[in-house]
Amino acid sequence: MVSPVQITKEIDARGSFCPGPLMELIRNIKTAQVGDVIAVLSGDPGSVKDIPAWVEKAKHEFLGIEDVEGEVKRFIVRKAH
Amino acid sequence: MKQILVLGGGTGGTLVANLLAKKLKDEAKITLVSASSRHLYQPGWLYVPFGWQDPRGLSRSLKSLLNKRVQLEIGRVSHLDPHAQSVTLESGHTLHYDYLVVATGSRVTPEDVPGLAEGAHHFYTEEAAWKLHAALEEFNGGKIVVGVGGLPHKCPVAPLEFTFLLDEYLTRKGIRQQTEITYTYPINRVFSIESVAEMAEPLLKERGINIETFFNLESVDPEKKLAISMEGSELPYDLLVMIPPHRGAKFLEGSPIADAQGWVYTDRHTLQVKDFPNIYALGDTTNLPISKAGSTAHFEAPVIAEHIAAAIQGRPVDPKHATYNGKVTCFLEAGYEKASILAFDYDTPPKPPTPSWLYHYEKMAFNKAYWYLVPTGVI
Repeated sequence: MVSPVQITKEIDARGSFCPGPLMELIRNIKTAQVGDVIAVLSGDPGSVKDIPAWVEKAKHEFLGIEDVEGEVKRFIVRKAH
Repeated sequence: MKQILVLGGGTGGTLVANLLAKKLKDEAKITLVSASSRHLYQPGWLYVPFGWQDPRGLSRSLKSLLNKRVQLEIGRVSHLDPHAQSVTLESGHTLHYDYLVVATGSRVTPEDVPGLAEGAHHFYTEEAAWKLHAALEEFNGGKIVVGVGGLPHKCPVAPLEFTFLLDEYLTRKGIRQQTEITYTYPINRVFSIESVAEMAEPLLKERGINIETFFNLESVDPEKKLAISMEGSELPYDLLVMIPPHRGAKFLEGSPIADAQGWVYTDRHTLQVKDFPNIYALGDTTNLPISKAGSTAHFEAPVIAEHIAAAIQGRPVDPKHATYNGKVTCFLEAGYEKASILAFDYDTPPKPPTPSWLYHYEKMAFNKAYWYLVPTGVI
């Protein structure tokens, strides 16, 4: 559990193969304000690797992963710049 | 008599209106509002830059595709008041509804990325596809950069398809050796779906195409001819082809039913709009995290038509069309008269077959048969 953190916006990307949870996260990060915390719900096992890798590459802040139910996880990211 | 208003004359709007007319006959008044009197077959624009498709063959009279029970009103929506259940057009004409279907699609917004409109080409409008054709005709070698210039964008496979067809075009023109092609993509592989990326990456490499992943376009410098990413890389180009970011229809931006970019808050199964059960949305205009593509609208339309028809007829919804399961199907052109096909839904990722001539010719046939099969609801 990642707490306490105030989530600005949560994106429900469950069931998204195309464009996929990471693409949904990127588009939401672009329109967010610096400092906003964005959460994305994903049931894609690949997200565990893909999302932190992009967040590091794009120099945002990865706050953590929470289990939601079954395969679904919540990925929490702060827009850093 | 109940009034049904359908906004948008693309695949989703045309199909929903026709399905409703078939189900309800004279039990409701159905009006479709479209900004254009033409229905566009947008997937055909992919071939226009190469001179392989005349864009004039990619549109037809919308009226000719509509059931005679559907009233067509040409006009652009300026305002939606979901509480008053009314829609006002730019002409000042106000229409009232009992049920509303929002199918106003997406629009490209290159102005959202500094330098993109001035520095880059794309093929997501008829005019832009023509301009890119002229630029490619004049092109005699150098660096071409192709990629995703912003998110979201419709037809997720189109940048890959364009890159494969570009390689074929330049080879046929005899200038492939003098041209360096670089394909860029926002995430850490060449396509969002892993199985598609695993199929496409070796094909790109085989054809000598450079790959630049983790590339989210931040700006374009048209003077220095540089494409700059938010991850910090810079790519020089002689010709830049970048899919612009998209937004929903202008009147939806900040409306009570949509977010700031105009994407409508839509239930993933019933396609009802949040807080307004008499409004439905489909196709590109929804905020659903799925492909913005004609095929999405095609599979969504029967669900909306059934829900509205059942409500008007006071009967239960036919379970066959009660919910949308995220179904999308699309072809992926791989160049040299070969293509693959992607079919998936919310629960099942696609398993694309190796590109073959079979799917390419199936796609060619579909491009012609679309007019007879899809908007009319035959399939």
